[in-house]
Amino acid sequence: MALSNPPSKPVWDYAPAPESFRPPIAEQHGLFIDGKFVKPKSGKFMKVINPATEETLTGVAEAGKADVAAAVEAANKAQRKWAKLPGKERAKYLFRIARRLQERAREFAVLETLNNGKPIKESRDGDVPESAKHFFHHAGWCDKLRYAIPGGGDPKPVGVCGQIIPWNFPLMMAAWKIAPALACGNTCVLKPAETTPLTALRLAEIFQEVELPPGVVNILTGGPETGKLVASNAGFHKVAFTGSTEVGKLIIKACASRHVRLTMELGGKGAHIVFADGAIDQAVEGAVQGIFYNQGQVCCAGSRLLVEESVAEEFKAKLLKRMESLRVGDPMDKNTDVGAINSASQRDRICKYVNIARTEGAEVLECGVNATPKKGFWCMPTALAGVQPSHTVAREEIFGPVVALMTFRTVEEAVMRANDSAYGLSAGIWTEKSSKMFEVARRLRAGVVWCNGFNLFDAASPFGGVKESGFGREGGRHGLLEYMAH
Amino acid sequence: MSTASNDRVTVLKTHKLFIKGAYPRGESGRTHALRDAEGGLIAHLCTASRKDTREAVEAARAALPGWSASTPYLRGQILHRLAEMLEGRAVELAKAVADTTGRSAKKVRAEVDAGIDRVICFAGWSDKITSLLGNQNPVAQPFHNFTTPEPIGTIGVIAPESSSFLGFLSMWLPAVCAGNTVVCMASEHLPLPALLVAESMPGSDLPAGVFNLLTGTRKELLPAFAAHRDLDAIVACADDKEAAALREAGADNLKRVRVVAPNSDFECERAWEGPEAFRGAVEYKTVWHPMSVE
Repeated sequence: MALSNPPSKPVWDYAPAPESFRPPIAEQHGLFIDGKFVKPKSGKFMKVINPATEETLTGVAEAGKADVAAAVEAANKAQRKWAKLPGKERAKYLFRIARRLQERAREFAVLETLNNGKPIKESRDGDVPESAKHFFHHAGWCDKLRYAIPGGGDPKPVGVCGQIIPWNFPLMMAAWKIAPALACGNTCVLKPAETTPLTALRLAEIFQEVELPPGVVNILTGGPETGKLVASNAGFHKVAFTGSTEVGKLIIKACASRHVRLTMELGGKGAHIVFADGAIDQAVEGAVQGIFYNQGQVCCAGSRLLVEESVAEEFKAKLLKRMESLRVGDPMDKNTDVGAINSASQRDRICKYVNIARTEGAEVLECGVNATPKKGFWCMPTALAGVQPSHTVAREEIFGPVVALMTFRTVEEAVMRANDSAYGLSAGIWTEKSSKMFEVARRLRAGVVWCNGFNLFDAASPFGGVKESGFGREGGRHGLLEYMAH
Repeated sequence: MSTASNDRVTVLKTHKLFIKGAYPRGESGRTHALRDAEGGLIAHLCTASRKDTREAVEAARAALPGWSASTPYLRGQILHRLAEMLEGRAVELAKAVADTTGRSAKKVRAEVDAGIDRVICFAGWSDKITSLLGNQNPVAQPFHNFTTPEPIGTIGVIAPESSSFLGFLSMWLPAVCAGNTVVCMASEHLPLPALLVAESMPGSDLPAGVFNLLTGTRKELLPAFAAHRDLDAIVACADDKEAAALREAGADNLKRVRVVAPNSDFECERAWEGPEAFRGAVEYKTVWHPMSVE
């Protein structure tokens, strides 16, 4: 994409600071079923690439119907015994997983960045430590389940869980799904995303290392066909999905005729509200964190920036200046701020939306300190100015580093515009007035509201949406309850 | 029963729908007969249509901002007032249940008492939901992080066919108590107790539109509820086939569908008066509030 508004670029000569460690990657990966890596009965394999270089990293199996059946059978066979294990004993396995993840953190961070394209500083400081924390947090729940139920109760696992996860936080999503399921005595069949299966498969190695009983977690790699087979398999008592609202609806329909517990973490169009009484410089940082973190490929991204009119020009100027300093490129470089888009098709989708924005009358402002590499899939950090609430880019999820700038005059208007969406996953508020924060947070229709911050996560904090952003929570006591029968 | 023992001809009633605090006949003008266990005519009922469902949802949606923002204390007092109104009609309610089910007077009275007591239970629940279902979360960053239950929005309720008073109340009380607004379909075959409850509502100070009641056929109204895009959730006493249809059509706007089995034991206090009763009535918001001295 050509720069429509070439910024005056400062020349900052950072020396390259590449992460040099390369974990060995096998040429081919089987499916992880019943505690062992096995060849797929389907006989099919697919290649996995590095989206920053388009080089092939390895091959992974494409699970077919018989493979799904074998995994469900293994999970079913393991479930009763796993649930019968005293909570304290189950806990020790989860603690072991958390510890091994911490000890092998560098290997996982590099692998995640190679496979996903996200900057190494994010996988190193975000994805991997948060994943370990998720196992550690849930380990502690195993022997306290009865106290987690309001009013007390007799905690029972749901049973065998089918879990389908996306490519934006491959390891973290695996942890979010597996840790609470195991804590409550469930067993799992996890289906990683088509393009990012490597850290989940490496996690399976940790399961072997820590001698997690066979069948407790099974991992099936594959594409959308494998996903469909998992979603429609009648052996699951629960199906948990993180991904697009479109696919989420298909999964609900596929499960409609059975009594299956569901958790749906779907799309979003997060409203990020900046009030004139907010700390503008910090809000600019928050906006950058909200939409360019993980290349904006985040379901809770702050993709609609609503700025109070009296500070809108100042905010826009500061935001664009900050965007000019973002370093786009090699995800393995420790100074990189914005890495590669995960796939060619996602890159095309983002470009399509930017073109729609242009056609509908928005001003397209692309920034970044450097040109993008020739190979790989890239998008420059982009701001869309003059976006109207009716514009496509104000309504539909782009899932890329593209932020729509809009303005408002009153608190009422800000809340009305923020809530004017089919989605309701996240929202952000910038103000220095604490009472205003609480009141605006109360009025926003969103599952998560960040005040003077954005894209904050914690294993102890429930995450999930309202409206078409899905239902159910992950993290904290509320996320735990999703994996107990009641 | 159309004639009383002293040969006086009774006044035959046509029960109307309850929408936005008023009693419309329904746009289609259709009615159907309600008969007792022996086939005697009890009353006529309006047969609600898809359009009536739309009107009712519109009323419930319009009432949502005010009701969901009202204080828990106020909601509790209004529910208590509803119990006061029902207590005054307990005999009439018992007769309605008895006439339509043919059950013994003693059993019926016990059900009516349990139903009124359930309203009292929820009158006392409204200002405890947040304390018992929400909590603070200890995050590893300088934020005060807390999760609170919030009303889901406008909820469609399909009342049970058999438990026409206690079951009917149990299905929507948690929703209204938690600040949602409701469009409820009464039992198709035993709607009389529900209609009497609706008649008691204007006297209870429940704002118009917070609770709306439709009578009609499940065949016509279940699909209308399931497909309505402005219903945020459905709580339905439904068989497997109906449940599948509700979930399938409800997926188009991500409705939260809670299915209650037709043979559910509504006398179970743990399930219907404990925190578990709010499943399908609340969802959770997590707020991260900064902590700093600057």
